[in-house]
Amino acid sequence: MSNWIPLWLHKLGSPPTFYRFAGALQPWAMTLALLLGAIALYGGLVLAPADYQQGDAYRIIFIHVPSAEMSMFIYAAMGVAAFIALVWRIKLAEVVAMESAPIGAAFTFITLVTGSLWGKPMWGTWWTWDARLTSELVLLFLYLGVIGLYHAFEDRRQGARAAAFLAIIGIINVPIVHFSVNWWNTLHQGSTINVFGQSKMSWDMLWPLLTMMLATKFYYAASLFRRARTDLLAMEGGKDWVRKIAADEAKP
Amino acid sequence: MPMNPTPKRRLTIVLLILAAAAIAAVLVVVALQNNMNYLLTPSQVQSGEAGSYNTFRLGGMVKAGSIQRSNDSLKVTFTVVDAGGAMPVEYTGILPDLFRDNQSVIATGHMDNAHFIATEVLAKHDETYMPKELKDAMAKAHANKKIEDAAAAQDKMP
Repeated sequence: MSNWIPLWLHKLGSPPTFYRFAGALQPWAMTLALLLGAIALYGGLVLAPADYQQGDAYRIIFIHVPSAEMSMFIYAAMGVAAFIALVWRIKLAEVVAMESAPIGAAFTFITLVTGSLWGKPMWGTWWTWDARLTSELVLLFLYLGVIGLYHAFEDRRQGARAAAFLAIIGIINVPIVHFSVNWWNTLHQGSTINVFGQSKMSWDMLWPLLTMMLATKFYYAASLFRRARTDLLAMEGGKDWVRKIAADEAKP
Repeated sequence: MPMNPTPKRRLTIVLLILAAAAIAAVLVVVALQNNMNYLLTPSQVQSGEAGSYNTFRLGGMVKAGSIQRSNDSLKVTFTVVDAGGAMPVEYTGILPDLFRDNQSVIATGHMDNAHFIATEVLAKHDETYMPKELKDAMAKAHANKKIEDAAAAQDKMP
């Protein structure tokens, strides 16, 4: 293995270490996700004022935008893990990439459904083939493709490698989703939140939105840790460290 | 620092495939550029860009005061404007909640003797979110500034 990867990363990449590490962090991540999510929902649905233009209907933004952001964030994370998995054949990277896909697909689905529910009263239509909506739908298909390809192989590691290729090629769609509203005329609005500049939202609406975006990150971490742990146990079934865990669990 | 040959070879292959896919995507996007525009503006239509389409989407702002509703049917007529043009639109049907003066709208339909006959009218909203009080306060400040500017301009007059 290449010697320029720091030692701690190397250690974390070993299944038993990651299993313990993820097991220790998972409850904290989940607690933070639930706590922040509850604060964000209270802030967004109760404390935040109604919008001058859309009235109370805009409040679906507190679900829609964090989900949309996660759909791209998780794809990027999956792409990076898939890249590491393909080049260095690290088992943990395969697990992280493959277990990110269903979480990302769920967020993408929520994005499309909430967007549709929002579009009907405001725009006047459930769906339209503009660049933003279409590229987000393509993102969902990419996730489903990765999941499908992974499970199409008898050998899990072979499946993971094939799916990792699709994940890497599909990463090109992520900037297209993000910049679609700038590159083309779309029915969808432009970006409200600007990382490098003034966001186009008053602060009493913005803080619940940002809090929810943080909550979804923790949810992703918690969900990924849980899924990866299960997957590692299944993959490493015959190994000593798994035997030891099984023996410990079996003790009365 | 040196990498082992096998991962290095894989790295090259993966990067090459990624580059090829990126170039393919850019080519597709550039090729589709003309077809991917969701709408045409009134000035684009007036300069003849809509000539090749039987139906297309017309986008712009509803001119304030131009909305006229029929008394005995759902027929509505209004004018869609952009920076350099205006287009009268006819539509029969239910309009979205956001449809009003000075709202961005996107109408699907076809041209009929310099009129646009819409089969669907969608409202577009921008990316700004703020409470109504703030919007009113800003509008008021804006109006006050206009009055002040006008007063200042008048003071300067001889």
